[in-house]
Amino acid sequence: MVKAHKFKVTDHELVPKHEIVPVEEAIKILKELGVKPEQLPYLRASDPVAREIGAKPGDLVRIIRKSPTAGRVVVYRYVMAG
Amino acid sequence: MTDEKVIGGIKFGILSPEMIRSMSVTAIVTSEVYDENGLPVEGGVMDPRLGVIEPGQRCATCGNTLARCPGHFGHLELARPVVHIGFVKHIYDLLRATCRKCGRLKLPQEEIDRYLDLYKRLKDRWPQLAQSLSDYVKRKAIKATKCPHCGEPQYKIRLEKPTSFIEEGPLGRLWPNKIREWLERIPDDDLRLLGYDPEVARPEWMIITVLPIPPIAVRPSILLETGIRSEDDLTHKLVDIIRTNEKLRESINSGAPEVIVEDLWELLQYHVTTYIDNEVPGVPPAKRRSGMPLRTLAQRLKGKGGRFRGNLSGKRVDFSARTVISPDPNISINEVGVPRDIAMTLTVPVRVTPWNIDEVRKYILNGPGKYPGANYVIDPNGRRIDLRFIKDLKAIAEGLKPGYVVERHLIDGDIVLFNRQPSLHRMSIMAHVVKVLPGKTFRLHLAVCPPYNADFDGDEMNLHVPQNVEARAEAKTLLLVQEHILSPRYGGPIIGGIQDFISGAYLLSSKATLLTKDQVSDLLASISYEGEIPEPAILSPKRSWLGKQIFSLLLPENFNFMKEANISSGELKCSDEECFWDSYLVVKRGKLLLGVLDKAAIGAQKPESMLHYLIREYGNTFGKEFMDKAFKMFLRFIEMRGFTMSINDIVIPREAYEEIWQVYEKAKEEVRKLIEDYQNNRLEAMPGRTLEETLEIKILDVLSRARDEAGEIAVRYLNPFNNVFIMARTGARGSTLNITQMAAMLGQQSVRGQRISRGYRDRTLPHFKKGDIGPEARGFVASSFVKGLTPIEMFFHAAGGREGLVDTAVRTSQSGYMQRRLINSLLDLIVTYDGAVRSTYGELIQFRYGEDGVDPKNTSFGEAVKASRIVDKHVGWKK
Ligand SMILES: [Mg+2]
Ligand SMILES: [Zn+2]
Ligand SMILES: [Zn+2]
Repeated sequence: MVKAHKFKVTDHELVPKHEIVPVEEAIKILKELGVKPEQLPYLRASDPVAREIGAKPGDLVRIIRKSPTAGRVVVYRYVMAG
Repeated sequence: MTDEKVIGGIKFGILSPEMIRSMSVTAIVTSEVYDENGLPVEGGVMDPRLGVIEPGQRCATCGNTLARCPGHFGHLELARPVVHIGFVKHIYDLLRATCRKCGRLKLPQEEIDRYLDLYKRLKDRWPQLAQSLSDYVKRKAIKATKCPHCGEPQYKIRLEKPTSFIEEGPLGRLWPNKIREWLERIPDDDLRLLGYDPEVARPEWMIITVLPIPPIAVRPSILLETGIRSEDDLTHKLVDIIRTNEKLRESINSGAPEVIVEDLWELLQYHVTTYIDNEVPGVPPAKRRSGMPLRTLAQRLKGKGGRFRGNLSGKRVDFSARTVISPDPNISINEVGVPRDIAMTLTVPVRVTPWNIDEVRKYILNGPGKYPGANYVIDPNGRRIDLRFIKDLKAIAEGLKPGYVVERHLIDGDIVLFNRQPSLHRMSIMAHVVKVLPGKTFRLHLAVCPPYNADFDGDEMNLHVPQNVEARAEAKTLLLVQEHILSPRYGGPIIGGIQDFISGAYLLSSKATLLTKDQVSDLLASISYEGEIPEPAILSPKRSWLGKQIFSLLLPENFNFMKEANISSGELKCSDEECFWDSYLVVKRGKLLLGVLDKAAIGAQKPESMLHYLIREYGNTFGKEFMDKAFKMFLRFIEMRGFTMSINDIVIPREAYEEIWQVYEKAKEEVRKLIEDYQNNRLEAMPGRTLEETLEIKILDVLSRARDEAGEIAVRYLNPFNNVFIMARTGARGSTLNITQMAAMLGQQSVRGQRISRGYRDRTLPHFKKGDIGPEARGFVASSFVKGLTPIEMFFHAAGGREGLVDTAVRTSQSGYMQRRLINSLLDLIVTYDGAVRSTYGELIQFRYGEDGVDPKNTSFGEAVKASRIVDKHVGWKK
């Protein structure tokens, strides 16, 4: 039997790069932005990308994407349950 | 010193019957309102203990006078409980989710415990998740058909809108007293899991047993001139409730048959429901004798004129004026013309100091009736003296000392806010400098019409006078018109040349324009030019100046700029300095050397124009000065030359009509052939289209080409330098399509992008054969506006025109609602000092404003820095 090819959303060119930020770095970033984690935009743990990169509630995810105004933009998402 | 308290939060709950009784100052026991002497009856809805209503009286409850008495609630004991219309949804959910016998949530105990534990953990950090957990639990409990706690079988409960609950089981109709008993049985913990806080919102309180009677202050009666007292809608409704309640109690006490009691009970329910909300679906609204529906509690809060939108988000204000606007090209773009009558009503408070006391005295001596005067004087104790009632103004003026405040009339140079609705963007409110003028209208410079989207067909605008120094400073630095010449919408000037400014600029800068010394003097005098007149471009036979030379006097000496003009198209197209047609603009070292000024150079809402770069590179103040002077000069010139539009500019000779007629005949023949092909199945479908669609597209194509051709013929017979063409080519007003429609052919009329096809069976009008799909039968107008339309053509034109009107009406209402929602969600967001966008709760919305941190106002087409312009700016003259 042929094994069905598993589709990965992260392979799609329209899905920007997501990565989990290590805890020490995350603390530094939060301090720099001057926010509590809950004040960041959320990413659901059930989000297809979050599942693929294995992000768990409480993680900080860095997203690097293209922007029509700024070229390259780095943003952060706080992973929440759900 | 009173204690300062900080509000930590607001909690909403439901009033319990005990609470209502304890805050009540009296029970309302009678439906009588006034006795035979016209005095309010004790125990009636106008009981004096509910608060003072007349000035000078002392409150029977708190002893205060009108100004200090807060008003006091009474209460009414209902003979039978009724459902509160606002809680019907909650009551329905709770009845279905809990057991009819023991009142427990219909889930096994261990499940309840587990969910409750999860709920408590979610509640503070993820309130939204907690809410959806409650919803899930509720839905799950509703499904149960047997109580897991007591084993009682459960029945379906039906809600018969608006307020009747029916169990499809032994209980049948659930009357409010039964519902109340049921809800009382639900334990606190089960309620918590469902999202209720039983401390402040026990569900049985959703059934009204005691009705609070609001103080008279919220439902004042009005004394009409005839001496008749007219009561507030709420009072009327309360009397209805009390009367029905009395009847209900009587019939219960007299042991009347249950049917009669139930009827009265239902009536009481109706009155209480409409007392709370008179727009409940399925309930006939309670009406006044005149047939007007009553404005009861919910109506006081809801909608546009309600407490929230009408009194809290928006208020009526003092120090404001509204009148019709009219144009004035002679004032500055920063100014607004204010009628003298308005200037004598609006005031500015001036604090008296040793330095201004003499000036302020003059205002007082003039008084309220003579301009420029003053309307009020406020002494250091805060006493307000109304100068209208002072006979001896001199005495007041002499008694004036530093520390007094004088509210003087509006004078030239004052700063005011000017606004036109709908206020869709920030340029809808700008600060202007006052110029007091005769007449009864506000005047504004024509160049500021685009940001306000104003015209003069009867538009009115509002004006507000800031009352303190901070407000004036803020208005001057942030809101002044010149600070908004460049728009954040597209990074270009939204304030700039329109209509006659553009025509005038074109005519003045055209290379055919030669000016005599008198004309030059006239032009320069119009802008109060002080300086040398340049050497004339032509010395002999007569010393003559070029318009370009005179305009160049307004340009900064080191300004370089090159760009294609608006007129550069078709035969007049130029894209470099080698331009015979004068359609390529070249400015080197502040001298306009080549090209005409038109919309592309000085037009409003044209980014990347000469005007745009003048403002970017020399600042807003320069931009304002430039526009004030240049536009005045353009208008002076257009006045000197004369400029009009007449029927002769668009009338074409008979031969032209014959040519156009031939084009039309040819097109008709082509369409006939297309239809024939279609009928004989010879037409080939275009990819992705049906045969019918293909036919329509082809017909439309043939007909639109016919119109274009007709237009070209007309243009050939018209003078391309007549005033109508000048306006179209320079971008001042109108387009070549407009000229085509006036002179040659109106073309296809459409509804929803399709040829007009509906009306009668298989035809648009009874003048055509059924099934005729030729040009005329489907809304093609071969006539021009000059020639005139046939009645049938006129009908089609009206059909097409109607669509445009409907579209605008629909669009404005839809975009207005969208605007409201966007503003409500975005209004508190701020750009913090680190360049990020945050909400007031500190939530990060955007890590950097617009992702690049660039203000679109200071960009050209979104680019923060444009390298090619920097090069042009500095070495452009060398090219
Ligand atoms: Mg108008
Ligand atoms: Zn009182
Ligand atoms: Zn039970």
